[in-house]
Amino acid sequence: MNPAIDALTSEERTLLKLRALYRQYGYAQFRMRKFEEYDLYAGNKDFLVSENVLTFTDLNGKLMALKPDVTLSIVRASPDRTDSVRKVFYNENVYRTSGSTRAFREIPQTGLECIGPIDDYCILEVLLLAAESLRRISDRCVLEISQLDILAALTEGLGVPEETRRKLLKCIGAKNLHELRALCREAGADEEKAETLLKLAAAGGRPEEVLDILRALPCPPAAVRQLEAIARGFRASGLEEMLRMDFSVVNDMQYYNGIVFRGFVYGVPVSVLSGGQYDRLMRKMGRSAGAIGFAVYLDELERIVPEDASPDADVLLLYDEDVSPERVCREARALTAEGRTVMVQRQAPEGARFGEVRRLTGEEARDA
Amino acid sequence: MLNIALPKGRLGEKVYAMFARAGFPCPSILEENRKLVFENREKGVRYFWVKPSDVAVYVERGAADVGVAGKDILLEHAPDVYELLDLKTGRCRMAVAAPRDFREDMRRKLRVATKFDRIAGEYYASLGRDIDIIHLNGSIELAPLLGLSDVIVDIVETGTTLRENGLAVVAEILPISARLITNKASFEFCREEIEAIRRGLETQTEDKA
Repeated sequence: MNPAIDALTSEERTLLKLRALYRQYGYAQFRMRKFEEYDLYAGNKDFLVSENVLTFTDLNGKLMALKPDVTLSIVRASPDRTDSVRKVFYNENVYRTSGSTRAFREIPQTGLECIGPIDDYCILEVLLLAAESLRRISDRCVLEISQLDILAALTEGLGVPEETRRKLLKCIGAKNLHELRALCREAGADEEKAETLLKLAAAGGRPEEVLDILRALPCPPAAVRQLEAIARGFRASGLEEMLRMDFSVVNDMQYYNGIVFRGFVYGVPVSVLSGGQYDRLMRKMGRSAGAIGFAVYLDELERIVPEDASPDADVLLLYDEDVSPERVCREARALTAEGRTVMVQRQAPEGARFGEVRRLTGEEARDA
Repeated sequence: MLNIALPKGRLGEKVYAMFARAGFPCPSILEENRKLVFENREKGVRYFWVKPSDVAVYVERGAADVGVAGKDILLEHAPDVYELLDLKTGRCRMAVAAPRDFREDMRRKLRVATKFDRIAGEYYASLGRDIDIIHLNGSIELAPLLGLSDVIVDIVETGTTLRENGLAVVAEILPISARLITNKASFEFCREEIEAIRRGLETQTEDKA
């Protein structure tokens, strides 16, 4: 028993496991300030999970923001290099509204980013690290990947206005095939092409099944080959059981391109991991290199932690008024030296649980 | 075991009948009693009745894996769920209604009474019309009669309530019907079971236009 390790919360344990994993692959920890200039976020609002940013004015009158996102800060702090890939991981709190709650929350987030000349190996490495991250959280987990170039090609081919295309993507994201079909019809899209898009939107599940469907559709061949290579990479790593392909993963195409993905663990009703390639964000920020990364939302994980049944302390040590502080101290130290936890009180606190209660009286210590 | 949230009321009973015909019956649900949860272990389903507007909350937060909710609720609350099927039942429309002699004064802000702030807001934003939303929780038809609002945005089924209060539909916003929704994570872990339900329900909607 190591009291230091026993004292870790399950969130801290998960964090340590993830940090060890990322370090194994040479990722360096990136540290940042709690706040950034608001301008960084104002120009890229659609990239943020929620567009609400907590702002305040700095002493020199500059508008600052508590960071709602980590990726933008990392991109800004990274030199624009195309010779080697910069690999970093982070563990930071972000501040934003989440889901339907209309209030700001502090959300612990960990994740990694690769910035530089991103190739197929690099993408596979990030996907495998995402998969391994999920496995360190739960045995029952799923990593779902999509390829935005395929979605882009098939929706562009329809020849519908941009506004309609956005609606189509929203339907695909919600697996809403009935409205997708109606929208295509309303927009007067080519029937055959609309049927192709419907088949793509309906596809989802194990890689082999989905790849069979993709090979029969007019998808960009390079994108399909990339998905095939990823499936092989997962098989070679013994992780194919948890890989799914599903085109309902539709990150914003203004920022993302190529591979996008998200992860689920059993028992948590929302995705706990989300990521993708974001070369388009890099262009917007004036960079020529590519990038890929993901984030793990640690706040969602508390739902799968079993309720803590352990007592508040192994021993409750109660002492009478006439017992000297030195004696109480001696008794407490003797207990902790045995590796037990002890809470010292004059009276038993209400609602707390203890393995055992001892009482020190004026004459001698004896078990209560 | 799949948890299925059904909307309490007439629509819920219709929808349960569809689930039963799809091969997921749970006869105990039809008994007259105050129970809230009904299980058919053999079929792997557990049904429960909740307030119609709460179904999406149960599903989004994973307390229910699957549920049935009106499109009005889905548009108003925009829950992060998959919408797998239009059940083509519980049909009505979201519409703008006003007193029969109403003439819109474009120089003024339009006062709109509604339960559906988001739907009304987005509809008028798409028209570029400046409006003042007055959120009400019920008896929306009363608002224009008492001068609280110029028009209302509400669900219209047969139009009887509107007619009896001297109101008429002036614009239709969109058709509404019941939808099969599922939690995104549940779908990942129970894909086959949920797909089986979807298929069983889909065959019953095919003959409906």
